[in-house]
Amino acid sequence: MELFLTAILILAAAALVTALLAALASFCPPSAANCRTANCLGSCCAALGCLTGLCAVAAGPWDATLILELPWGLPAGALVLGLDPLSRIFLLPVFGLGMVCAVSGGLSLRHTSPREHNLGAHWFFYLLLLLGMVVVMSARDAVLFLLAWEIMSLAPFFLIDFNDGDSKVRDASWVYLVAAHLGAVALIAFFGLLWQSAGTTSLAALQGGQALREAGPGVLAALFILAVLGFGAKAGLAPLHVWLPEAHPAAPSHVSALLSGAMINAGLYGLMRSLNVLSALWIAPEWWGWSLLLLGLATGLMGILKALAQSNLKRLLAYSSVENMGLMFMGVGAGLIGQSSGNAWIALLGFTGALLHMLNHAGFKGLLFLCAGEVLHATGTVHMELLGGLQKRLPLLGAAFALGAAAIACLPPLSGFAGEFVLALAMLDGPSLPGVERQMGLLLALTGLALISGLAAALYAKAYGITFLGEARTGFAANAHAASWRTLWPLGLPALACVAGGLLAPLFFGLASFTALNAAPLPDGLMAGALEARAQVRGSLGMVSLLGAAGLCLALALLLARRLLLRRRGAPVARTAQSVQTWGCGFQAGTPRIQYTDASFSEPLARVFAPVMGLRVRRRQVSGLFPDRAALNVTAPDRLRSGLFTPLFEAVERLCNACKIIQHGKIHLYILYILATVVGLLVWGLHT
Amino acid sequence: MNQGTVFYLIQLFLALILAPLLPGIINRVKARFAGRQGKPLLQTYYDLARLLRKGEVIGRTATWTFSAGPGVALAATLCALALLPLGGAPSPLGFGGDFLLAAYLLGMGRFALILAALDTGSSFEGMGASREAAFSALAEPVLFLVFLMLTSLSLDLVRHTGQSAELVAALSLSAMFGGQATEAWLAGRAELLLAPAVFFVLLLVENCRIPVDDPNTHLELTMIHEVMVLDHSGPNLAMIVYGAALKLWFFAALTAGLLTPPLPLWQQAGLCLLIILALAAAVGVVESVMARLRLTRIPHLLGGAAALASLALILTQVR
Amino acid sequence: MTTLLPTILFLLLLNNLVLLGMSRLRGLIRLTAFQGILLTALLLCLDHALLAGAVLLIKGLLLPGLLMRTRKGLHAATSLKPRLHRGLGILAGMAGLVFSLWLEARLLILPDLFPPLLLPTALTTLFCGLILVVGRTTALSQVIGYLVAENGIFLLGVPLMTAGAVWFELALLLDVFVAVFVMGIAIHHIGETFESIDVGRFRSLRD
Repeated sequence: MELFLTAILILAAAALVTALLAALASFCPPSAANCRTANCLGSCCAALGCLTGLCAVAAGPWDATLILELPWGLPAGALVLGLDPLSRIFLLPVFGLGMVCAVSGGLSLRHTSPREHNLGAHWFFYLLLLLGMVVVMSARDAVLFLLAWEIMSLAPFFLIDFNDGDSKVRDASWVYLVAAHLGAVALIAFFGLLWQSAGTTSLAALQGGQALREAGPGVLAALFILAVLGFGAKAGLAPLHVWLPEAHPAAPSHVSALLSGAMINAGLYGLMRSLNVLSALWIAPEWWGWSLLLLGLATGLMGILKALAQSNLKRLLAYSSVENMGLMFMGVGAGLIGQSSGNAWIALLGFTGALLHMLNHAGFKGLLFLCAGEVLHATGTVHMELLGGLQKRLPLLGAAFALGAAAIACLPPLSGFAGEFVLALAMLDGPSLPGVERQMGLLLALTGLALISGLAAALYAKAYGITFLGEARTGFAANAHAASWRTLWPLGLPALACVAGGLLAPLFFGLASFTALNAAPLPDGLMAGALEARAQVRGSLGMVSLLGAAGLCLALALLLARRLLLRRRGAPVARTAQSVQTWGCGFQAGTPRIQYTDASFSEPLARVFAPVMGLRVRRRQVSGLFPDRAALNVTAPDRLRSGLFTPLFEAVERLCNACKIIQHGKIHLYILYILATVVGLLVWGLHT
Repeated sequence: MNQGTVFYLIQLFLALILAPLLPGIINRVKARFAGRQGKPLLQTYYDLARLLRKGEVIGRTATWTFSAGPGVALAATLCALALLPLGGAPSPLGFGGDFLLAAYLLGMGRFALILAALDTGSSFEGMGASREAAFSALAEPVLFLVFLMLTSLSLDLVRHTGQSAELVAALSLSAMFGGQATEAWLAGRAELLLAPAVFFVLLLVENCRIPVDDPNTHLELTMIHEVMVLDHSGPNLAMIVYGAALKLWFFAALTAGLLTPPLPLWQQAGLCLLIILALAAAVGVVESVMARLRLTRIPHLLGGAAALASLALILTQVR
Repeated sequence: MTTLLPTILFLLLLNNLVLLGMSRLRGLIRLTAFQGILLTALLLCLDHALLAGAVLLIKGLLLPGLLMRTRKGLHAATSLKPRLHRGLGILAGMAGLVFSLWLEARLLILPDLFPPLLLPTALTTLFCGLILVVGRTTALSQVIGYLVAENGIFLLGVPLMTAGAVWFELALLLDVFVAVFVMGIAIHHIGETFESIDVGRFRSLRD
C-alpha cells in the first residue's frame, strides 16, 4: 500500500511541477527550454509513477484487500483508498497504458514548437487524468469517488482540445464535455439515492449489499437504471456512445489510446462495483442481466457496423472501442443472468470473460491507437482513402499494426481470442436455463457474438489492408516520413501484451476469474461448481495456447519450406520482387487510384446492413457525350447523434430561451426575486 | 499411444492424402454432366507437384504479407482439421470449446489470404477480398448456430447420464460428433437432418462452389475466391490449392460425421470416407444443375440457412 | 404410426417457414397443398381415417386447384410484392414459434391431451398464416394466409375430436371451402375489374 501511495504522490508531485511550468509558460514569453523541460519531466514522471503503480498492484498476493485511510477536511465522505482484486485488475491497464502512452507521447511531442502548444498544461492534465483514474479505481468512499470521477472526466476535455486551432477539435471536446456531464448527473443522482437509502457513503460498508437490505425493489431498480445511465455514458454504451467517435479522432493519439484503453473501462468498473452493492448475493432481478446483455449486444453490433462504415482510421478505432465495450457488457449481463438463475458456470465465465476482454482490449486498442498516431505523424492524415502502401515505407509500424489488428479481430493465438472464447463458453451453457425463451436468448446472443467477431475480422482486414498494403494512393502516403525504432519502441509493451494475452491466456484467465469470484461472489452452494468450471476452462485455454503455439510453429515451418523450395529452384525471391508489376488483367496503365478503397471494401456489407450503417452517398455521375468530372463521396454520419441528440438539445435550448423572460436586465426586479425567495424559504421552513 | 490415437492419426493421414482428390471428383462429375471426358481424377495432385517445382513471381507492390499469407492460411486450416473427429474417432487434441477455436482458425486463414490479396494493390483482388470478407462474416453466425444445436444435444446427453463434471468435455467437437445426433435422427427426430443440410450449404459458401462462386472462372467481375488468389504462383499457389482442398475436406467431414451411423470402428470410418467422396460428387451435381446466384442474393441464401439452423436449434431446445 | 408424428409436425413447421420465405405465388399455392397433405398424414397417424380423406380432398386438392385456376385466370405478376421484408417475415415466424413454445409451457392443459409439439406447431401455423395476411399485398396470398391460419386452428382442434366432433369438423371444412370458393370468384372479378389484385389499391374504394 505504501508503494501505491508513492505512485500517487509521484504523479501528484509531477502534476504540481508541470502546473508551475505551465503557469510560467503562459506568463513569460514561450521558450524552447521550458517546453522541453515540461515534456521531459511530464512524460518521465508519468511513466515513473505508473511503473511504481504497476509494482504496487502486482506486489503482494492478488486477493489481499488493503485499506488506507487518510485525514479528510470535508464534512461528508472520507479519504479512504483501497486495493482489492477488482481495483487491481482495472488498475493494470491504467498504469500499463499510462506508462506506454506517456513515453510515446513524450517522444511524439518532442519537436513541438513552444509557440503553438503549452506542453506544461498538456502534461499537467495528462497527470491529472491518470490521478483521477487511479483514485476512481481505488476509492472506497462515494464522495471521494465522485470527486475523482469529475477530475477524470474534466481532464480529457483539455487533453482532447490540444489542437485547439481546429474548430472540429473544439467541437469534439465540447461534445465530450456535455456527454461526460450528463453521465455525471446520473451518477450524482445514483450516489445521492444510495446515500439516502443506505445511510452511509463508505463503499466498503456498502459492499455485499447488506446495507440495502431494507430498500424496496423500486429503489433498487431506480439505482440500477441510474448506474447503467451514468456508467454507460462513460463506457460508450449505445445510444450514449456519441462522444467517443468525436473525441478520439480529435485527441492526440497517446491521449486517445489512454482514453480508449483505460478510461472508458471506468464505466465497466463502476458498474461492476455498484452491482456488487446492489445485488446482495443473487437477489438481482432477472431483467437486470437480460437488459445488460441486450444493451451490450446492440452496442456491439451497432459499433462494429458503424466502424465498418468509417474511413477515418481513428474514428474507426473509436467505434471499435464502442463494440468492445458492448462485448464486455454482454459478459456482465450473462454473469448477472447466471447469478440470478443459480448457474455457477454462466455467472463465473460471464464476469470473467468481461474482465479478461477488458484487459486484452487495453493492450490491442492502445497499440492500435498509438500506431494510428504514428501514421498521422508520418503522413499527416489518417483518412484511409488517402493512404496505402505504408507497409513498405514503415515496415516496423506496419508489423505492429498487423499484430494489433489480428489480435482485435479475435484471431487465435493472439489475445483477443481468449476473452471471446470465455464469453462464448459462458453463453454456451444457455440450454441449462429454464424455459425455451431464456435458452434461445442466450444462444442467439452467442450467435450475435459470432457475427460481431466475423465482422471484426472484415473490419480489421480493411483497416490494415487499405492503410498499409497496396500502393500509396496519394502523396500523403507516398511521401511518408520513415519512423525509426527510436520512436516506436514504446509500442513494444502493448504488442507484447497482445501476444502474451494469447499464449499465456490460462494465467490471465486465472487472474480474471479470481477477481470475478471476488467481485461478484456466488452463494456457497455454487462455489464448488464455479471452482470446477474454472479448472475446466483453464484447461481448455491451456489447450488453446498450446495449439496456438503449435500453429505458429507450423506456419513458420511452412514458410521455411517455401523458402527452401524457392532456393532449390535457384530463383532468388528478391530479384523477382523488384521487377514485376501486379497483373492488371492486361491493362498496363493502372494507377494506384484504381485500387479498392475503404468505402468500396465495405460496400457488400453496407448493402446488407444498410439501415444500421447509414451510409450517405453523394455522387455526380457521368452523363452526356462529353462528361464532366464524376465524383462519388461516401460518408457515414452518426444517425443517433443527428437524429436523437441534436433535436433533443435543440429542444432544451428552446426551452431555456423561453425561460429568458425572467432574465430581463432590470436590477430592481432581480432584488425582488431575492426577497421573494427568502420569504418563500422562510414560509416553507416554518411551515414544516 | 493408445489404439484410439493411432486410429485417429491414420484417419488424419488419410484426410491429408486424399483431400486433393475431392476437387478431382467434383470436376469429373461436372465434366460427365457436360458430356465431356474431363480432367484426370488425380489432376490436383499433378498440379500440386508441378507448382511446388516452380519459382514464384511476386509483384513489386507486394510485401511480406503477400508471401506469408498462404503459409499462415494453410497452417491454420491444418490446425482446424486436427481438431475435428475424423471417421468416428475423437481427436486427441480435442478440448471443451474447440469448435470455437476451429471456427476462428478458419477465420485466421481467411484473414491472411484477404490481406495477401489487398497487398497486391490490384483493384481486381481488392474486389475478391472485399467479397470474401463480407460473405465469410455472414457465414460465421450460421456455422455457430449449427454448432450450438449440436452442443445442446451433447449437453443433454451429459445431463441425462448425470456426469455434470464433464460439462466442458461436452462442448468439444468430438463429443458433438459422438453419434448421438445420428442416433436421434434415426429415431425419428427429423429436424436434426437440417444440420448436415446447413453444413452442406456452408460447404458451398466457404469453399466458393457454384451457387455462390464459380471456381472455374478467374476473370469475371462476379468472382470471389479465385480472384483473390490470382497473383499467387509457385509453392504459394500450391499451398492455397492444398489448403482449399483441406477446407473442403473439413466441411465434408462435418457433414459426413452427422450422417454416419455408429458402427464398429473400421466400418464407420469406411462409411464416413464413402460419404465424403459422395458429397464431393454431390457438389459436382449441384454445380452442374444450378446457376450461380446473383451476388446480392447470397446473403439471402445464408439467411435461409440461418433460419433452418435456428429452427433446428429451437426444436432441439424443446425436446 | 406415432413415431412418424414428430416428423410430420417438424415438416409442418418447416413448411410454414418456407411459406413465409416464398417469393412466388405458384410456390405458395404448392406449399399450401403440401400442408394439406401433411395434415392428412397427421390425421392418419392419429387414426382419423375418414376425416383424413376429406382433408386430403379439400385442403390437398380442391382448394389449391381452385387457387391455381384463379391465378392462371388473373394474368397477374407471378412474384409477390411483400409489404414486410421476407427476412423479417421469417424472423417473425421464428418469434411466433418461440412464443408458442413459451405459451405451451405456461398454459394449463390436461397433460396427455396434446402429443408433444402439436400445440406449438398449431399456434405457429396460425401465426404464420396471419403474418402472410399482414405481410403480403396480393389478395390471393391473403386468401392463402387465411387458409394457413385455418389449418392452424384445425390442428388445435385435432386432439379435441371425439367421434361426434368429426362431423363438426367436416362441416367447418366445408364452410372454409365455400368461403374460399366465393373469395376465389370474387378475386377473379376484382382482377378483371381493377387489372390488379394488389390490396393496396383497394384504398381507392373508400368514400
